[in-house]
Amino acid sequence: MFEFPDIFQFEIGVYVERFVKWLTDNYTVFFDIIKDGVLWFLLRIQNGLLWIPWFVVVILVFILGWKAKSFKSGLIFGLMIFLIGTFGLWEDMMLTLAVVLTSVIIALILGIPLGILIAYKRGAEAIIKPILDAMQTMPSFVYLIPAIMLFGLGTVPAVFATTIYSLPPVIRLTSLAIQRVSKEMVEAAHSYGSSPFQTLTKVELPQALPTIMAGINQTTMMAMAMVVISSMIGAKGLGRNVMIAINRIDIAMGFEAGISIVFLAIIIDRLTQGIADRFKYPE
Amino acid sequence: MVKKMEIKNLSKIFGKNGKKILKNLDAGMTKGEILKKTGHTVGINNVSFDVKAGEIFVIMGLSGSGKSTLIRCLNLLNKPTSGEVFIDGENIVEYNRKELQKFRQEKIAMVFQHFGLFNHRSVIGNVEYGLEVRGISKMERYKIAKEALEIVGLGGWEDNMIHELSGGMQQRVGLARALANSPEILLMDEPFSALDPLIRRDMHLELLDIQSKIKKTIIFITHDVNEAFKLGDRVAVMKDGQIVQIGTPEDILNNPSNEYIEDFVKDIDRTKILRAKHVMKKVGVVASINTSPKVAIKEMEDVGTSSIFVVGESREVLGIVTIDDCLEAIKNKESIKDILRDDFVTTHKETYVQDLIPMAVNSKFPIVVVNEDKKLLGIILRVSVLASLI
Repeated sequence: MFEFPDIFQFEIGVYVERFVKWLTDNYTVFFDIIKDGVLWFLLRIQNGLLWIPWFVVVILVFILGWKAKSFKSGLIFGLMIFLIGTFGLWEDMMLTLAVVLTSVIIALILGIPLGILIAYKRGAEAIIKPILDAMQTMPSFVYLIPAIMLFGLGTVPAVFATTIYSLPPVIRLTSLAIQRVSKEMVEAAHSYGSSPFQTLTKVELPQALPTIMAGINQTTMMAMAMVVISSMIGAKGLGRNVMIAINRIDIAMGFEAGISIVFLAIIIDRLTQGIADRFKYPE
Repeated sequence: MVKKMEIKNLSKIFGKNGKKILKNLDAGMTKGEILKKTGHTVGINNVSFDVKAGEIFVIMGLSGSGKSTLIRCLNLLNKPTSGEVFIDGENIVEYNRKELQKFRQEKIAMVFQHFGLFNHRSVIGNVEYGLEVRGISKMERYKIAKEALEIVGLGGWEDNMIHELSGGMQQRVGLARALANSPEILLMDEPFSALDPLIRRDMHLELLDIQSKIKKTIIFITHDVNEAFKLGDRVAVMKDGQIVQIGTPEDILNNPSNEYIEDFVKDIDRTKILRAKHVMKKVGVVASINTSPKVAIKEMEDVGTSSIFVVGESREVLGIVTIDDCLEAIKNKESIKDILRDDFVTTHKETYVQDLIPMAVNSKFPIVVVNEDKKLLGIILRVSVLASLI
């Protein structure tokens, strides 16, 4: 009698499934347009990345690392990306990077306006904040299911899942940053007769920028984590090498792909962080 | 002078149902009771006053007295719960958004306690802000902003960032930003409170200097009674969201309307407020240059002093004679002219008592107050100056 009674059954999953099915049945055209658009965008980035000669990339990473952090960091980052090439994973790395970049750009296009909306409207905050909480605690694998259902297998669902997964930090930090802009600065903007749009673009966003940059850093790292998982649904890149290595129990391949992901993550994190630090205003 | 602003029955209650709570306030509930029972904060309660064109009107009160709330009602950063604010005859409370933006862009500017500067912009970028918002061309706003920076003594700092400036310089930028807009009304919300005392004193002088050139209508908020009395043409003292007394500094100092004000002005350094004209005595008896030493002695006897000022035909001060010198003169058959002494000090009626102190210390005789034509207006006994030192 202490077991949960069978009569209280509510299988919510069924309804979610029906909803997703209903979406795919009735809005196929809509999702096809999205799919084509994202794919077009992704391919531009991917081809662009693959077009750049390898040594230019190495030098560019070195210079960025030097400028953003220090000369030594630049050297280390350059060496890391060179090593990935020596593992024979250059192209896979670029494919991974393309998915990350596409996802991050889409996440920013969606996330920054949403963050602004939350900062301004308490009502929007009450609705969106719990959703963000749910999005962040939901195991990342779960996003793969609707991604497949809506977009099939391949790179586009990977971008979709990665975008959804990496969206929360940029929304949160944008809204936080705007709410934290000093009250006197906003008053000053108002007292000189700024329109709401002028207040936003001339005062609030520039003031929020350092924090938004921190949000972009986090979003990029989340995307980096997710892009590996999304190789399960057909995304090409370093993640797929890990998957294959697991299936074949190929330690050598697993290590090379794994360490490449770590290198790439370190480089992206340090560079975006270094750039974000540049945006901080001294008190 | 012309009335620039007229504030009528202005109230501001913070909270959801401000308008409803207003009735409780009118029914006589106190600020504390309303906060306890309804959770609403009374910012200002039924305040009325006028501001004349070109005056510095100081609103003084302790923290929580509603002075910052009040000044923010004057450019509608706070929307008043009830009441009217007439500026040049227009009730700004009824402005729609467009009208309000235009009003803020063209007529009124504000200087903030913690400066409210934009640290993502350079000094000139800050000063240009108001002009930029109005859509003035880049060239022109740079020119105007540069002039404003010259006025506040920051020429040459255009391209520095805000954090590179000291507090006093930052507030000069705040002032330049306000002046660049050439507003008719300047709102200053405790602009010098965050500065250290020496810099504050410089800023006072500078503000008065600038004001003597530009003649704006200035509303100045402060909690410092010395600052209020030094700068204000008129001062309003606030307590619990209401104005307790309005008047010139001398009025308030000499006729405090109640104990609260008395308490307030107790701390004040009177020597910085009172001027020669407030402490001088009219002199009825002086000696004419043409009288004899004998008559002079007689006059001294009448008023009970041991010296007397000697004036010419049009009451211009010529000197002073003492009782000892007169007695000597009678013996030697000398006239007043021969024993006239000139080791006394003269001053102007607008001189602050503070500045009279060194004169009083160094002089044996009363200080003479004269007008431009050297005519005798009155004398200040050394005791009335030196007593203020205790």
